[in-house]
Order: sequence, then C-alpha cells, then structure tokens
Amino acid sequence: MDRINRRSFVAAGITAVTALSGLAISGTQAWAEYPERPIEMIVPWGAGGGTDAVGRVFAELLQQQLGQPVNVVNRTGGSGVVGHTAIANAQPDGYTLGVMTIEIDMMHWQGLTGLTYQDFDILAMVNADPGGLMVASDSEFQTAGDLLEAIKAQPPGTFKASGTGQGGIWHLNILGWLMSEDVPVTQVTWVPSEGAVPGLTDMVAGGVQVVPSSLAEGRALIEAGRVRALASMSDERQDLFPDTPTLQEATGSDWTLSVWRTIVAPKGLPDDVRSKLVDAVKAAYDSEEYQKFMTDRGFGLRWADPEEATAIVAEDDANLGEVMKAAGLAQE
Amino acid sequence: MVLTQALELVLTPQVLLVMLASGAFGLFVGAIPGLTATMATALLVPVTFFMEPVPAIAAIVTAAAMAIFAGDLPGALLRIPGTPASAAYVEDSWRMTRSGHAADALGALLVFSVIGGVLGTLVLIFLSSVLAEVALKFSSFEYFWLVVLGLSCAIFVAPGSALKGLVSLCVGLAAATVGLDNPAGQSRFTFGNVDLMAGVPFIPALIGLFAAAEVFRAMLAPTRLARAERPALRGIFSRQWTYLRRYPVQVLRGSATGTVIGALPGAGADIAAWISYAISKRFSRTPERFGQGHPEGLVEAGASNNAAVSGAWIPALVFGIPGDSITAIVIGVLYIKGMNPGPTVFLMQPQLIYALFIVFLLANLLMLPLGWIAIQMGTRLLAVPQSLLMPVILLFCIVGSFAITNSLFGVVVMLVFGVIGFAMEEADIPIAPAILGLVLGPMLEKNFITSMIKSDGSMLAFFERPIAAGLGVVAILFWLVPLIRMMLQRGRQVTDG
Repeated sequence: MDRINRRSFVAAGITAVTALSGLAISGTQAWAEYPERPIEMIVPWGAGGGTDAVGRVFAELLQQQLGQPVNVVNRTGGSGVVGHTAIANAQPDGYTLGVMTIEIDMMHWQGLTGLTYQDFDILAMVNADPGGLMVASDSEFQTAGDLLEAIKAQPPGTFKASGTGQGGIWHLNILGWLMSEDVPVTQVTWVPSEGAVPGLTDMVAGGVQVVPSSLAEGRALIEAGRVRALASMSDERQDLFPDTPTLQEATGSDWTLSVWRTIVAPKGLPDDVRSKLVDAVKAAYDSEEYQKFMTDRGFGLRWADPEEATAIVAEDDANLGEVMKAAGLAQE
Repeated sequence: MVLTQALELVLTPQVLLVMLASGAFGLFVGAIPGLTATMATALLVPVTFFMEPVPAIAAIVTAAAMAIFAGDLPGALLRIPGTPASAAYVEDSWRMTRSGHAADALGALLVFSVIGGVLGTLVLIFLSSVLAEVALKFSSFEYFWLVVLGLSCAIFVAPGSALKGLVSLCVGLAAATVGLDNPAGQSRFTFGNVDLMAGVPFIPALIGLFAAAEVFRAMLAPTRLARAERPALRGIFSRQWTYLRRYPVQVLRGSATGTVIGALPGAGADIAAWISYAISKRFSRTPERFGQGHPEGLVEAGASNNAAVSGAWIPALVFGIPGDSITAIVIGVLYIKGMNPGPTVFLMQPQLIYALFIVFLLANLLMLPLGWIAIQMGTRLLAVPQSLLMPVILLFCIVGSFAITNSLFGVVVMLVFGVIGFAMEEADIPIAPAILGLVLGPMLEKNFITSMIKSDGSMLAFFERPIAAGLGVVAILFWLVPLIRMMLQRGRQVTDG
C-alpha cells in the first residue's frame, strides 16, 4: 500500500468514527444550560419543497438565536406520517424540533396513525397559505360563480379536480367548498396527484378542469398567463394577488382554509427549555431575513403564539374531520 | 449589448471562485454513496441567502452538475450506483473497471456527461420556449405510454432470456407496491410499520442489490477477492477522442433523447438514461456485448443522463415547473433573488437569464478538470486489496443507506435487498430490470389510475390525444415487431421444410 492509499484509508476511518461519535453524543441526556449541543430539526416532507424551505430558513435563524448548530433532517413519506411520528417519539429535551404541517389534522381521521396534534408542544405558527380556486386560462369560466353553476348543472363527475393525493388537503378544500354551497360532493371527481404543481401542469395540459391549491403554488403559471385564479379561500384578499376576490366575495360561501406550518417539539419539554425555545422562535420569526424570505418566495406570513396556534390547529382538526366524514374519507 | 452585460456579471473573480468551491463541494458530496445531488443542493441553499443572484445560482448549478457526475464514480469503482439513472450503465462501467479499464470507463462518463450537458444547455438556450410548450401538452395519458416504453426497455436491456428479465422486473414492481403513496392513498403491505408507509426507499435498495450483493458473493467465494487490474491512467482523454469518433451518432442521439425526456416534468433523467441505453443496444452492431463492459451504452446513456439534467431547466425557467427536486430548490432560490421564473424573466431581465446560461455552460466545462482530479484520486482506491476493500464497501453501504432515510430502516432495506440481489444473481436473473420496476412501478400505477379516473374508465382515452396516440402506437409496435418477425421466421422455416 503506498502513502496516498494509506491516507485515503485513514480518511475513510475518520469519517466512520466521526459518524459513530455523532450517534453516541445524540444519545446522551441534556444537562447544564440548554442548548449545549447541536439541535435536530425534522422536516416530514422532501428536500426542495415548501416545508423544507421554511424548515431550513428557520434552522439557520434558530442557530443564530441559540448559538448551536440546528441540522435539518428530512424524514419523508407515508403522507407525512413517518416524519411526524419521528418528531413525536423523540426525547422531549429540546434537542429535537420539527415542522408540523396541517396533515397532522387529517392522518388520524384516515386511520393511518394514532398520532394527533396533542402529542406535540406547539411553539408557534410561522406561516399560513390560503387555499385557492384556479382554472386553465383557456377555460370558459371567468368567475367562481360561473364555475359553481356549471358544476351544479352538469351530471356528477363531469368536472375533475386535482392538486394533492386522495384525501389530501386540497381535496378537502374543494369538498369543503362544495359542502358549504350545498352541492353534493360527488359532483366533482378528484384525480390524485403528487402535489399542486403536477396538478396545475396537468390542468394546463387539459387533464383536469380545476385545481383548488394555494395561489402561491400557481404563481409562475398565473404570471405566465396559463392559469386563471378565480378565488382565494381566505378572509381577505392576498397581497400578492390583489385582483383575485375572496370566496366570500365571489360566491358568498363562508368556507375558508389555510395550510399552515408550525414549529413544534415532542410533548413534555422542561419549562426552562420551552420558554427559551418560544423566545428564540419568536425572534427568528421577527427577523428581517425571515420576513424577506417569505415575502420574496410568495409564502404567507402568519404568526400565532403557542396558545393561539394550538387553538387554530384544534379548530382545523374538528373542521377537517367533519369534511372527511361527510366525504367518506374518514375511517369509522 | 445584453451578452456583454451578462459576461460582466459572470466573469468576476467572486463568481468564478464560488463556482470552483461549490464544484469541489458537489464532487465531494456526490462521490459518497448515499449522499445525493439533491442533498448537496439543499445544503447550499442557506449559504446562498447572503449572496448576489448570479453567484447564488452559480453555486447551486455547479454543485448539482458536479454531484451528478461524481455519483457515477462509486458506481464504476465499487458497483454502488448513486442514482437510478447511473444504475442503467453500472454493469458496463464496473466490468470495465474489473478488467483494468477504470480510467477509460470514468473518462467516458466524464467526457460524455460534459458533452451531453453542453448540448442540452444549447437546446435550453435556443429552443426552450418550443420545448416548454411541448412539455405542457403532457398529461397522465402521455406519461403512461412513456413509462410503458421505459419498462419495455428494461426487459430489452437485460442480457440473457426475456423471461428472466420479466421475472426481475416483477420483483421490482412487487416491491414498488409497498407503502401509502399510491393513488388511492391506502397503505399496502406495511404490516403496521410506520417506516414502510413511505414505501421501499430506492437508493438503499439500489445499493443493496448491486453493492451489498457483491460483498456477500466475495465473502463466499474468496477467489473473487483478486485485486482488480491496475488501471492505466495515462491518456484518459485521448481514449475518449477515439470513442467520440467511433460513436458520434450515439452521442447526438443520447443528448437529444435526454434533453427532450428531461424537459418533461413527469419523466426526468432516470427514464432518459434507461431509454437511451436501450436505444443504444437496439441499434448497436454488437448488442451482445452490452452489460459485459462495453463502452457504447456508457457513452450514449451517460450523455443522455446529463442532457436530461439540462433539459429539466426548460419547464423550470419558462413556467416555474420543477422537473426534479434540484430544479424545485433552484426555483425557490430564483424567487428569493427576484428572478421569478416565467416568460417575463426573459423580457424583464435578459442579462440575468443570459448570465444563467453562461453559468450552465461554465459549470459543465468546469467538470473536465475537477472530474479529472476526482478520477485520479478515485482509481487509487482500486490498489487497495479486495480483502480490505470489501469491508470498507459494506461500511459505505451502511452509511449511505442510513443517510437516505436518516434511520436504521434504510440499512435494513439495504441488507434485505442485498440478499435478494445475491439470490437473483446466483439464479442468473439480471438485476437491472428490478431497479427499473422499482423506480417506474409507482409512476405506471399513478398515471394509469389517474387516466382512468379522468376518462371515467374508458380505455380509448389512451389514444384520443394526438401525442398519447403516437406514443401508444410506438409502444405497441415495440412489442409486436419481434413477435411478427418471429412468426415470419417460423413461417419461412415451415415453407422451407
């Protein structure tokens, strides 16, 4: 073995030892002043998505606040069950945080898991994006009202909508809207997709007629003149889309739905760790970097402190459960 | 002049240094099995917040391009393919390594990656608006046929009997049914295990089927522990010149196929590499040498792979539609930097778009020197005796699988598939079709089911749209032509007799 080979061999050994010692450290308990070692931030969705982006920005900003590295770990798949379970099952010592998404209010109704929002310590809500209603720009429908009349008039299943998986959040969005207008939920057939963008692309290709995802997700296609935004499922018009009416303005329906992202920890944090984390999250949210990042990216800024955030999450849990039961998506 | 403005934006010491540093970073991350180009890109994002738009994009683009090439290194040297795309030609590159042609194999992967990447970028520059329009015409009907074509390639690519290829494909398809991420959203074969809900993670499966199986075999048959031939490192590039003159059509065909398939957001580099490999074998004068350490498929599929990566930028820049997870990350960064993707960016900020194109070209060209250094360093690994190398490979397998799922689950999957791969090779069943089944199975199911939902159950819908009808006819011919030829031959034999 010549010199260089020996060196690369040693390097491989060092890598392995470092990896192992990393594992060993993460097994020890917390003492002295929190935080005294790196923190893990679990993101239940894939690298490159919106939740991942928010998680990574927050990790960077929390790192500045807490003075310890905050490492993002993507635990993906199973409609979010895998990642949320990993957060809830971690030690509640403040060294595992996570980004919890609205799917936590859906998966237990579907019977996928016993996990609910009550298994988490919610530190803050840091973002919310209202649902929308979009059609292709070559569609004949100019307003949400036109679309609603056509959906009512045509035989069930004439209209196809897409934008998430079966029973996903945007599926529930259109179901909730139809229910609020007293239209039978069978009037629109749901076509499952891997997300809003594949759904929107399919709509432009003529595969489906409606996508009820957030307008932010359709922004590039709206600006390119390929997609028309008919309504926003929010209380007020969105800053990025001032010409798009709220659903209330468009059809008089009182249905609203926003997808949100919250920063959470496993249930049962020690009080001192919890208050330190709540302050750090608040400071990170208020930072100029976060505000600018979210605005530039077209994500909605929404702050709610632990109590308010928990209340919102609980309310959505009840509402979504109702829609899912009515649509036959909940497991009895 | 827009072009000079763009050049001024790119050719600054800062941008060039950033590209060099992120290139080295991408090379390092990509060369470690299990650490993917997506991971390299995601890790860079927080760093780019504090940069100007051009260096920020340059950093990400360079790191991604370099990481994708570097993913081929462990495939060729240790039979650990880093991506499903590089699994298409891992048999050839690894066998070339075993017979002492490691430098040729890696050189081919490097040079033809660069050529594919550059040609793909040129298409991006001149034809992006046209191709983006084509991409917008693809719905589930078209993708269904494309996946059928891809799967047909799997059987065709496999050496030996078509029946064994089919068995292997079914192993992959069966594994692909596990999990929750299917159109109905129902959990299948998960046995209440939360990790299995995410399905079988394919990079650990890939590492298991190829690398772990090889380690098991070496342990059982110590004769295989013989050291690989020491590669001749001189003339890496001159040999590629020979390949280029021998396979000019293959290079162009691979690049064109790769760019077009890469531009389709629902397809991407994985399908492109496999289809190109199959095309190469179909039209080759020596199809029997494919999979035995033959450079021809390597050249075509390698070019196709990187052309597809360039092609993925087409829908991303024109309509903000990401073709893969890397472009998804970059779209986010573009928004942050105020370069909102869409037709307007071409009108409002042409100098930035041109700067972006120059960065794409530079990133591909930078691969030549950096890749050369990586090959020099990587091939030294082969001098390590196999009895020492095998445990190290197993260690890499474990670390790599762990990195994908961030849990021991990945390691378990890797070991299980290692045993399956071992058993399959003992029974002379090829491994490649299983990989393709695992990757394309979910896409086949998803596109078929969603098409049926859209058409209210009418099969005719698969032929009602022009592009779908065209692809459907090609796919059916693909299956019918060998059958008809077989029948004709039989008929002739009967009349002769």
